[in-house]
Amino acid sequence: MKKATMKEGIALPKTNPRWGLEEETENFAQKVKLFRQRKLSDDDFRRFRLQHGAYSSRLRMDYSMMRIKIPGGEVTPEQLEKIASLSEAFSIGSAHVSTRQNIQLHWVQLEDVSEVMRGLVEVGLTTREACGNTVRNVMCSPFAGTCADEAFDATPYSKAIARFFLRNTMCQNLPRKFKINFACCEKEKHSLVRIADIGLVPAIKDGARGFRVYLGGGLGAASFIGHLLEEFTPEDMLLSTCMATIRLFDRHGNRENMARNRMRYLVHETGWEKFQKMVLKERTAVQMTLAPATIKKFDVKAEEDTRQLPKAPRMTKLPMLNDQVTKSSPAYERWLHTNVLAQKQEGYFTVFVTLGAGDITASQLRVLANTIRELSVEGVARNTPQQNFAIRYVKGTDLRQFFDRLASAGLANPGALTIASAVGCSGTTSCNLAITNSHRLAKEVQKKFLELGLDTDDSLRDSTIKISGCPNSCGQHEIATIGFFGGASRVGGAMTPTYTMLLAGNASELGKAVMRVPAKRVVATILKIIELYKNERSSGETMSQWIDNVVKGQGKGTIKDAEGMKSALEQVIQLPTPEVDPDAYRDYGSDSRFNAKTARGECAA
Amino acid sequence: MSKQKNRSASKQANSDTNQGYVQLPIVCTADNLRMLIRKRAVRVVDVRRQEDYQKEHIPTAVSLPLAKLLQDDSPEKVVEILEKLGISDSMPIVVYDDTFGALAARVAWTFQYVGHENTALLEMTFSQWKSLGLETETKPNEFPAANHSLRLNKEIFADASYIESAKGQTDKILIDSRERLNFLTEHIPEAMNIPYTMLRSNGSILRDPAELKRFMENRGIPVDSEIITYCGSVGTLSGLAYYALKLAGAKNVKLYPKSFKEWKALGKPKEEFKDANYWDLSAE
Repeated sequence: MKKATMKEGIALPKTNPRWGLEEETENFAQKVKLFRQRKLSDDDFRRFRLQHGAYSSRLRMDYSMMRIKIPGGEVTPEQLEKIASLSEAFSIGSAHVSTRQNIQLHWVQLEDVSEVMRGLVEVGLTTREACGNTVRNVMCSPFAGTCADEAFDATPYSKAIARFFLRNTMCQNLPRKFKINFACCEKEKHSLVRIADIGLVPAIKDGARGFRVYLGGGLGAASFIGHLLEEFTPEDMLLSTCMATIRLFDRHGNRENMARNRMRYLVHETGWEKFQKMVLKERTAVQMTLAPATIKKFDVKAEEDTRQLPKAPRMTKLPMLNDQVTKSSPAYERWLHTNVLAQKQEGYFTVFVTLGAGDITASQLRVLANTIRELSVEGVARNTPQQNFAIRYVKGTDLRQFFDRLASAGLANPGALTIASAVGCSGTTSCNLAITNSHRLAKEVQKKFLELGLDTDDSLRDSTIKISGCPNSCGQHEIATIGFFGGASRVGGAMTPTYTMLLAGNASELGKAVMRVPAKRVVATILKIIELYKNERSSGETMSQWIDNVVKGQGKGTIKDAEGMKSALEQVIQLPTPEVDPDAYRDYGSDSRFNAKTARGECAA
Repeated sequence: MSKQKNRSASKQANSDTNQGYVQLPIVCTADNLRMLIRKRAVRVVDVRRQEDYQKEHIPTAVSLPLAKLLQDDSPEKVVEILEKLGISDSMPIVVYDDTFGALAARVAWTFQYVGHENTALLEMTFSQWKSLGLETETKPNEFPAANHSLRLNKEIFADASYIESAKGQTDKILIDSRERLNFLTEHIPEAMNIPYTMLRSNGSILRDPAELKRFMENRGIPVDSEIITYCGSVGTLSGLAYYALKLAGAKNVKLYPKSFKEWKALGKPKEEFKDANYWDLSAE
């Protein structure tokens, strides 16, 4: 079963390696013992634990959610197989793709965290600084390297930045967490560069490489869209720009008020123009003082994939990616249409693997790993912010086989690139802060949409649905066409799980809160919006365009604005009385009365 | 050789004892078993379903499906079974299954409980044995009946009332070997969770003893404490945990063979955790 070293003369991928350190494993085990013996205070241990990537699980301090960083989103088959075994041995037999390209293992007993770390180190992975007040996983668009519009491949830059800041003394105790995201190009549809502390888009000016740098974005209880620092930041200023920004945040960031200590608040309170000047000035200082030894630690070349991948065979007839499909189309054709994209490299395709809110079992991971090994010429996977996997460099001639392999493991659901691929954070399945079961709700949305064949409707394709279980935005609800965040409200005299619905969010604009919807009416509400859209749309208008127009007060049909939308949905959000249908007042996955329980969040500990 | 010496026999199958038989370690390697088979100095017990045994089995193996044993696992009946399989008091027994060692463990424990100490688990499952290309045969085996005595080893057995009496005693540790989500849902109060999935490694039903020992250390379980294992229904998963703990060096391990199923049926207290929807993380 295991693996040839060469495939058609192509070397195996350099793993995305050397992130983990053996000694940290041992150290963690020791600290857990000290903590259990009460020789380490709760606060000290919590800080240490978070720095090493383990959150406490929902209302249970004795269990952890372990967040495995996947820098740049690139993960090898060996790493996926190791994660599979670790999830079986120490977690719950499945792994979970997060919205920031981490892979999470839930309900790991605190005493076993070091064992999971030990296994991760064997394949080069780490959980270090995946949580806590540090530079979190550095993201890179899964399209980087295959996107027709990109200036160049951002992947090695994302990994070099990640490696430079990992364990770097300058960011071990920031006022708060710090997020860096790379896009492929400015056109990237669901790009996350403008909701990060630092967002970077590759650009070329006068033949030289560089970036467009966005600062101070981020989602949360108060969200902001990042500002463009300057028209063009040359490649050789990438490191100093990032360092200068982090240094400013470290120096001026709010360390008192936990609710307002992300860098976006500093930018907001300082005022963008002033902050911009501060960054440029700080950058000059950094550049003048940067030691050559420090610069050497930022090594983009070392992260480059220098393999020459062969040309794919030309196909006489390209697979029918762009043909119209319907619910009754053959499963393979429907999957091609909704899960496969052509790359700029002729004859190569990227396959998106549909997961339900990021969940994948250990045995599915193994099938996926083998499929990648055999059918991706690149030989690695990327995890996506939509909580799916992207497998690139698949030859057109291998797509059918790829589909069959996925189907054998229940992984061939359609809809990955469509509205059906709803995002949901972990919610009450494991998170201390969650009020509602957003995770299950996202899966319910997906199930219903696939059942109805809404993934085949191209007018809905550029719309997204994203759900968080609380106002903190792990589910990225504010950049969704239709977004939801969980809460609790009194409905008909009973405490009820509800979601605040936001409309018209996208990569550069935040959604507007419109109304509250009971958890059990969310699916019906989205379906109603689709129905309204079909009745109201102007010709050629996609649903996301229509929603945009309505929210801007420019609706051309009977629904003119957000208020009009709200009235049109008033009926569908009504619940029968608790006596008639008590289940309508409960959350998904629960057979008892709703009770909004939360514990202290650890994001900022 | 005295019984005392028998007990302290080394892990290697090299110390000849009564009637020239060797004393087996907790886990018997494939090599060791093949050697013993060649010498005709072992009884191999296949606990898979009858029809699987009939298709193919390890040479010289006899068939004892777990389900058959569980029909009546009273000590007298078990001794009767041993005798029918031609097993005398000190004959080495190696048990195997195709269910990651859990069924084999339950049968091996039962033999040891009625006094057949010289019982070991094969290090691997039948599928792994086959995938290594090791010998198999199809002919069923029968041996002349033997005499076997009954010397109940009560030290390795626990029942519900014993567990109740152990409540609050810090030197007695209760281990639930079901999977994590089952454990979170409900378990016997004070139990710790060591899911059976933690115990195996690639190609072996049990991990390296040093690793198993480390898992115990991580949990702060001293090797000299008394440990009681249980699982969901008939003591298979916890049977495997029983042997894992022995392998890790625990001296005093007991199995509660009727496990959580009986505990619940008796209406005994449970610890439940309902404040999280962890089942919704499952991808199936």
